[in-house]
Amino acid sequence: MYNFSYQKVSSVADAVEAMQKSEDGKFVAGGQTMLPTMKHRLASPSDLIDLAGVGELVGISVDGETVTIGAMTSHAAVAASSEVQAAIPALAKLAGNIGDPAVRNRGTIGGSIANNDPAADYPAAVIALGATVTTNKRDISGDEFFIGMFETALAEDEVIVSVSFPKAGTAAYMKFENPASRYAIVGVFLVKFIDGVRVGVTGATACAHRGMRLEEALNKTFTADVIDSVELPIEKMNADIHASAEYRAHLVKVMTKRAVEACA
Amino acid sequence: MQTISMNINGVSVSGEVEDRTLLVQFLRENLRLTGTHVGCDTSQCGACVVHVDGVSVKSCTILAVQSDGCEVVTIEGLATGSHLHPMQQAFKDNHGLQCGFCTPGMVMSAIDIVNRNGCDVDEATVRKELEGNICRCTGYHNIVKSVQAGAKNMGG
Repeated sequence: MYNFSYQKVSSVADAVEAMQKSEDGKFVAGGQTMLPTMKHRLASPSDLIDLAGVGELVGISVDGETVTIGAMTSHAAVAASSEVQAAIPALAKLAGNIGDPAVRNRGTIGGSIANNDPAADYPAAVIALGATVTTNKRDISGDEFFIGMFETALAEDEVIVSVSFPKAGTAAYMKFENPASRYAIVGVFLVKFIDGVRVGVTGATACAHRGMRLEEALNKTFTADVIDSVELPIEKMNADIHASAEYRAHLVKVMTKRAVEACA
Repeated sequence: MQTISMNINGVSVSGEVEDRTLLVQFLRENLRLTGTHVGCDTSQCGACVVHVDGVSVKSCTILAVQSDGCEVVTIEGLATGSHLHPMQQAFKDNHGLQCGFCTPGMVMSAIDIVNRNGCDVDEATVRKELEGNICRCTGYHNIVKSVQAGAKNMGG
């Protein structure tokens, strides 16, 4: 990888200042995507500003109906958290199936959603649960956070502080994973709220999105069979060596059905 | 360049590294601890797994500067003299390796699995948790057997 200047900061304010002073800096969280990307020379930031020393970004708290996870909290910590397991079991399970144990020890929720890989797991949960992403500048709703492939609503010098998820008794995440990387070829996060169903789909398109057609059908009849009649826009689906667009569209339906069955 | 120091296998070490130096490069090239291997360099094979502050980490996917001040354990830090760590002994006893290239990472991941799941860890858990370690020789069968035997030995 190309050389860069590494800097470890101990507060969000210092991180922002370092970013503003840098020529073409990047924040690094767990680095589990950042470093491989830099090794491949797909990214070559002038500065790497490490958030690992910012204590205020780590931790999980449950307050009433909300689970708040600090941006620098590792996937391993979320998966092992008895509080998350009790409040939103599907979210703990999702975190426990990202990558492999060593990746989960380093990778973080903030890093995952800021990177917005089209096949990342967390974005599906952020969208389906209607989470709120809190940054050093503002609150961003889950529906408005993911904009396009590797693109989010974040400004260059904006740091994610935490992600707040409303508690959901009935939710399920079903992933058809790539057996080598464990990324989602397609992943569907389904939540049954009192006032309706929300579906977050990852892996299928340029970035995670709400499955509006799936929601519409499920809000009429909450059965797996109703998914058969939903028509999905195949032209919007990703196609690569792992799966064709048609196959991904098929998988969205199959994963949704499995999630419905898990929530029934 | 940055000067870093860390505790590696119980010994305090320091060195000067480029900001882009990976932990695995620091271990192998600066310290000549060549037991930690580089198989893929893309975070998938697990041959480079070491423990940083008590948990398994792929040392090809963490910078040396990020490990500054940390406690690192590599495969070289497990045995006491000629007395193998129970997990190493289990790999030997159960023919848990053929070419041996993946073995350092397997052993380090295996100890991490036992630390998190206890000495009675079941086969399904071992197989799932070894998903970040690739072996091209054994078909995993004897590795899984070794991990379970090593787990029991670690419990005494």
